[in-house]
Amino acid sequence: MNWLVQNVGLVGELLLVHLALSVPAIILSFVIAIPIGYLAHRQRWARGVLLTLCGVLYAIPSLALFIALPAITGFGIRSPLNLVVALTLYGIAVMVRTAADAFDAVSPDTRLAATAVGYSAAGRFWAVELPLAGPVLIAGLRVVIVSTVSLVTVGAVIGVQSLGSLFTDGFQRGIVAEIVTGIVATMLLALVLDALSVVAGRLLLPWARRAAPGRRSSAQPVAVEAGEPA
Amino acid sequence: MIEFRGVTKQYPDGTVAVGGVDLIVPPRTTTVLVGTSGSGKTTLLRMINRMVDPSQGAVLIDGTDVATVDPVRLRRSIGYVMQNSGLLPHRTVLDNVMTVPLLNGTRRQSARARAMELLETVGLDASLAQKYPAQLSGGQQQRVGVARGLAADPNILLMDEPFGAVDPLVRQELQQELRRLQRELGKTVVFVTHDIDEAFLLGDQVVLLRTGGKVVQSGTPAEFLASPADDFVSGFVGADRGRRRLRLEEVDGQRVVVDEDGRPAGVLEP
Amino acid sequence: MNLFAEAIAWLFGPDNWAGPSGITARLLQHLVVSAVVLVIAAVIALPVGGVIGHTGRGKQLAVMVSGGLRALPTLGVLTLFGLWLGIGLRAPVLALVILAIPPLLAGAYAGFESVDRRTIDAARAMGMRETQIVGKVELPIGLPIVVGGIRSAALQVIATAMLAAYLADVGLGRFIFEGLKTRDYAQMLGASLLVILLALVVDGAFALVQRLVTPTGVRLARSARTGGEPARKRTPARRTITEGNPV
Repeated sequence: MNWLVQNVGLVGELLLVHLALSVPAIILSFVIAIPIGYLAHRQRWARGVLLTLCGVLYAIPSLALFIALPAITGFGIRSPLNLVVALTLYGIAVMVRTAADAFDAVSPDTRLAATAVGYSAAGRFWAVELPLAGPVLIAGLRVVIVSTVSLVTVGAVIGVQSLGSLFTDGFQRGIVAEIVTGIVATMLLALVLDALSVVAGRLLLPWARRAAPGRRSSAQPVAVEAGEPA
Repeated sequence: MIEFRGVTKQYPDGTVAVGGVDLIVPPRTTTVLVGTSGSGKTTLLRMINRMVDPSQGAVLIDGTDVATVDPVRLRRSIGYVMQNSGLLPHRTVLDNVMTVPLLNGTRRQSARARAMELLETVGLDASLAQKYPAQLSGGQQQRVGVARGLAADPNILLMDEPFGAVDPLVRQELQQELRRLQRELGKTVVFVTHDIDEAFLLGDQVVLLRTGGKVVQSGTPAEFLASPADDFVSGFVGADRGRRRLRLEEVDGQRVVVDEDGRPAGVLEP
Repeated sequence: MNLFAEAIAWLFGPDNWAGPSGITARLLQHLVVSAVVLVIAAVIALPVGGVIGHTGRGKQLAVMVSGGLRALPTLGVLTLFGLWLGIGLRAPVLALVILAIPPLLAGAYAGFESVDRRTIDAARAMGMRETQIVGKVELPIGLPIVVGGIRSAALQVIATAMLAAYLADVGLGRFIFEGLKTRDYAQMLGASLLVILLALVVDGAFALVQRLVTPTGVRLARSARTGGEPARKRTPARRTITEGNPV
């Protein structure tokens, strides 16, 4: 506690840096994954290829990706941009599968009905399929949030500042309180962002508030099963 | 003979599934338990093989209280057919039918022979033996379910809405098959359904249950029609809607049986 | 592409493979540590997950434990254990075991839970004992998902073992931390490519095992269900779990 009181400024600063690294990656991966997921949902051939690619991407250890990515992008290893790109890739890897599943879960009857009442393909996507896929998309977003916020800390070992710096610094200087602060702060940040996404989901998708029991229990195993790459 | 003596099932949350049932199921006949959902008919059925234990009262098979019999041994001696067949998805049709005999320690070879014989009995082609349940139609799956229920040659066969999930045409076919089987095999069949027509078609004895697991009336189908106990029974068997009130009309010199709305039901043979 | 050429050159440099801190030694360390951790974690988590999945009791606990543990930042856990237990293998091994438990627990639990309740009910009604239901019904049907959990855990362990090199003189991660100090990017990239290859091989191997342990009848049932349009209503989460999730 003492350590925290004396260093509250540093923790606050790292928290902001952490946010600045994770939020863009979370948003980018969410936005990019949805059209890819939709493609995987529509095209059987694309599904296999895309989901396999995502699986391969997700299997790559994060430290190795942080090191290897600059050889392709040209960014420096210690550049925050490098980290954001890597985190976005992981986010996409998680999110594409969920997005494909989310669109799969839209009842074919509903889709047919939308077409029958005269929606164009594009109109149907924006007005019917995307909103109805919403609850599952939000569930996927929550997994991405937790995994991204946690993964940012790994950047500390290669010199990218974040709450993870509290781990490396605390370890080198032998301060347990610093590491514990880092762990708690990281988890709190994930929790807050997660709560925000839930609230946003409720505001945007009011009809899903009392979702079917299957829907509710389905959101949890996703969160359970899809952990973060380390 | 199966006998229910003052059988009640109350769950810890206070719900009463079966409320004081006394009932005798005569041997080598078909008794149909019929009622709406929540009438405790399935619970009653499952008490016979101790899938459910009554909270009061006793179930006796040939005079022996089933509570004194090891449930696993009891279940292996009683055939059980359920809705959605309940087949093991990872085993072939043949292996599914062989399951109980193998559990009972029958040698593989004779279990196999018996299973092949049973497939024929229930009207399935031998070529289906090596298929998996997912490769069969709903009706075929139910046939396998019946074959599996008969595999250990039990005296008692419990059937829990076995034809509830198949389409009407296939259901009729399966119902007729069951009547044929019952004539040939003479098992003590206890059959659960919510369909009164199915109950009247298959049941030697029909037992109508009502929410809260109480017996409203039991008897032969004819008794139900001739003297329904109350309005609930009339409503359930359809007597109040004129479905069961038929009269004769002369058409082209033939005596045609019509219902209350004048729709023909058939021709009366001289 | 020059960078990659240098990395490949480093990977194929015979001098780099020999010695107590050569690639061979580091690779072996990485594999042995990962395997030991995986076995310990599996011995702890699989039976617990199986019991929870079979009985349905403690479900909330399992979800909370696996969910909560997963939100833990791995580097934080590693460094914390490093401070407590000092330099050496004990700290990373213990931390890795803890981090490997969630996917194993979730896999075992989900595997057993994935079996249709009606199938289990039918098995019981036929007269199978509880042990027979577990051995002849739940395990064969749920095994692909259990293996999926092991697959996730294996990838997690291989990845986190890279970070373990931050606090112990072990594994392929050493090349990266040494490379950071000496600014030897070829070595860092080479080691990264090697561990990526390792992860993909392990992932592929487990994917193969998953396929092999999927009973034919179950696979047919799955394709029959996902083949027709209406069957698509199957809860997406369930399918995600069934097909195993990369971690």
